[in-house]
Amino acid sequence: MSDFDQELDASGLNCPLPILRAKKSLASMDSGQVLRIIATDPGSVKDFEAFAKQTGNELLEHREEGGKFLFLMRKS
Amino acid sequence: MSEKRLAIIATKGTLDWAYPPFILASTAAALGYQVQVFFTFYGLQLLKKKPDLKVTSLGNPGMPMPMPMPVLLQALPGMQGMMTHMMKQKMKSKGVASVEELREMCREAEVKMIACQMTVDLFDMSREDFIDGVEYGGAATFFEFAGESDICLFI
Repeated sequence: MSDFDQELDASGLNCPLPILRAKKSLASMDSGQVLRIIATDPGSVKDFEAFAKQTGNELLEHREEGGKFLFLMRKS
Repeated sequence: MSEKRLAIIATKGTLDWAYPPFILASTAAALGYQVQVFFTFYGLQLLKKKPDLKVTSLGNPGMPMPMPMPVLLQALPGMQGMMTHMMKQKMKSKGVASVEELREMCREAEVKMIACQMTVDLFDMSREDFIDGVEYGGAATFFEFAGESDICLFI
């Protein structure tokens, strides 16, 4: 997985907390920086896609690894 | 991109029904929506400084129960407290946010919360009972925002 500037571990959290925490993390970052998000909520896969689409932040990558969902999101 | 708007009317005051308005409001705010929630009737309980929200299976055959139980048994004293306790435990173990946590996130995201003045008076509630930042208004206040909204929900 490529580089990232900040990491958010949302493991164990359920809807809508991963999205809300990600939003908070992104707010403290600069445009172009990349946030890595770790989540265990299976619903977060679709939710982060929808979040990216609606906020303009780019979902660079998402994959599953050992029961966890990893996302890379670049702040718009 | 002009800001979208979400207007919600929250009318229910139970633990389970506290979730939809706060989840939708906080998520919409995170997506860049401008959000207003109008709390009326039992929904006012959601604005209390210390909300004491309960859940009941009475009149709600859809509520999943750990074991089948006749309705008359469900009505026994202490059952509501027990169900509320079990529901809270379950939510905690599944990583579901508490109502207070979601409400705080709504506040941080500048979700505007309006208490229906008429029902505040009707139930002899005091403004001191409610969290700071709540505004008070009536139906016309709601329509001022809802009339320009993209999504309008009655919960």
